[in-house]
Amino acid sequence: MNWTAIWVTVKLAGLTAAALLVIGMPIAYWLAFSNRRWKFLIESVVALPLVLPPTVLGFYILVAIGPHSPLGRWYAELVGHPLPFTFEGLLIASILYSLPFAVQPFASAFDQVDRRLLEASWTLGVSKFGTFFKLVVPLSAAGVITGVVLSFAHTLGEFGVVLMVGGNIEGVTRTVSIDIYDEVQALNYAAAGRTSLFLLVTSYLILLLVYAVNRKAWAAWPQK
Amino acid sequence: MAAEMIIDIRRSFPSGFVMEIKLGLTLEASTVLVLFGPSGSGKTTLLRCLAGLDWPDAGHIKFVSRTWVDTAAQLRVPPQDREVGYMAQDYALFPHYSVKGNIGFGLGGLPMDQRERRIAEVVRLLQLQGLEQRKPRELSGGQQQRVALARAIARRPLMLLLDEPLSALDAPTRLRLRGELRSLLKELSLPSIIVTHDWEDALALGDRMAVIAGGRVLQTGTPQEVFSRPIDAEVAKIVGVDTVVQGHVLDRSNGLATIAVAQHGIKAVDVESVGRDVFVCIRAEDVVLERVGTGTTSARNHLNGTVEEICFSGPFACVVVDCGFRLAAMVTNAALEDLRLQVGTPVVAAIKAGAVHLVRRDAAS
Repeated sequence: MNWTAIWVTVKLAGLTAAALLVIGMPIAYWLAFSNRRWKFLIESVVALPLVLPPTVLGFYILVAIGPHSPLGRWYAELVGHPLPFTFEGLLIASILYSLPFAVQPFASAFDQVDRRLLEASWTLGVSKFGTFFKLVVPLSAAGVITGVVLSFAHTLGEFGVVLMVGGNIEGVTRTVSIDIYDEVQALNYAAAGRTSLFLLVTSYLILLLVYAVNRKAWAAWPQK
Repeated sequence: MAAEMIIDIRRSFPSGFVMEIKLGLTLEASTVLVLFGPSGSGKTTLLRCLAGLDWPDAGHIKFVSRTWVDTAAQLRVPPQDREVGYMAQDYALFPHYSVKGNIGFGLGGLPMDQRERRIAEVVRLLQLQGLEQRKPRELSGGQQQRVALARAIARRPLMLLLDEPLSALDAPTRLRLRGELRSLLKELSLPSIIVTHDWEDALALGDRMAVIAGGRVLQTGTPQEVFSRPIDAEVAKIVGVDTVVQGHVLDRSNGLATIAVAQHGIKAVDVESVGRDVFVCIRAEDVVLERVGTGTTSARNHLNGTVEEICFSGPFACVVVDCGFRLAAMVTNAALEDLRLQVGTPVVAAIKAGAVHLVRRDAAS
């Protein structure tokens, strides 16, 4: 088994999930609590990675972070090397690609928190920010865990976006799914099988965790 | 401390319903103002506007020297800065916090020792000792209500806002807690505003009341005034009770209580939880009128009086009899003719003891 590829993949998935925890919560909060009429526009943008072919998403990200875009030029000047085909570039792509897998569970969990509890908190002098951490997050813990775990699992298995943005650099951007593809191309079925089984078992265990957490959470905090 | 409150707000809803409330009040230290009206009348929206949880489209709300909302000046004070205690209809206790955690929730700004002391004080006041570590789901309805009240008063608010405080309780608990709530509100000596659609709650709890229907204030006054002298047919229909008089229990035996009202001793079916001071409430439909001198009936109460006022509504007439207090009786127009009733006619009003309803009213106010 290619342990280097596994390490790159786990690191990528872990950092993506952590970043989405930080970035996804405010987006989800806004989606769950805003009354703006044009909210559906943002909802659709967040959901885009679900339906877009990874190559299309990867293509646009590649263009956006490439040396011909202002963003890419700014980054290259700041750090000294361009973003595409680096681990950081791949991380940005993964965050965008897994965004709905974090934001949607977050938002639907936030949405189920009883508004009257939040109102009670406000009249007790607690700010919206404080109320978010004291009430919204604990009461939607299951949704938050689900979002983090799903975005981790989704990043583990990503292929198209990695290929477009990250390329195939051993130890830097070569993830498990790329490794499997390479082994198959080289007719090395035994190695591909081992790595595939590893990914299958890991993904299954992660999904077990998601469903177990949700059951436990519902049992712990029944809706009255 | 008397607190001035001026409300002049307008709020329209997508359904086409328009709420337009004008209300100027002076709330003495422990005054309880009841906002009374049928569901959908706008009374809860008004309370939410006072709490800062709902916003009028236009108008202003002033409380003492502060302005809470003034749409003309673009001023909107958020709920966090209003210093009011608000209790929602279903209490909205935080399910993942203990009783103690709920009560201390809004006391984050205090140093630890002061916070602990205040929690202990409120726990004692609301008799929640021993329940501090329980989660809300492990409490009875009455206990949940007390925790919600404790949480609302823990921060020493300037005013209490209670939305249907008794409606989530079953009938026997409700009867018991009604009296407790009134004594507690008196003890706290801070003004409170209570929303209710239950006339017994309004009578038992209120010092002042405002009848709200269709998004408008129809009448204000003391509960007894409003119930006995509704300004028009609409208010009369909303309040639903026609005669409300104050009295005190003279005697109770064999399940019957005798209540002194004016010069009469009115018999009513006794209710244990009722104290010495009561409101005697009688629906006009339950009053039978007779000409003086006719025979006796099975009714326990025969009150002599004279007809003071007759008003007609459809096939019925409402006859107000002066028998030391104003007693309303509902009779058919045909009966009115048979008895040849006119203003000034002496009559006997007969009321069965079972039709006399008693509402506890401690004389504390």
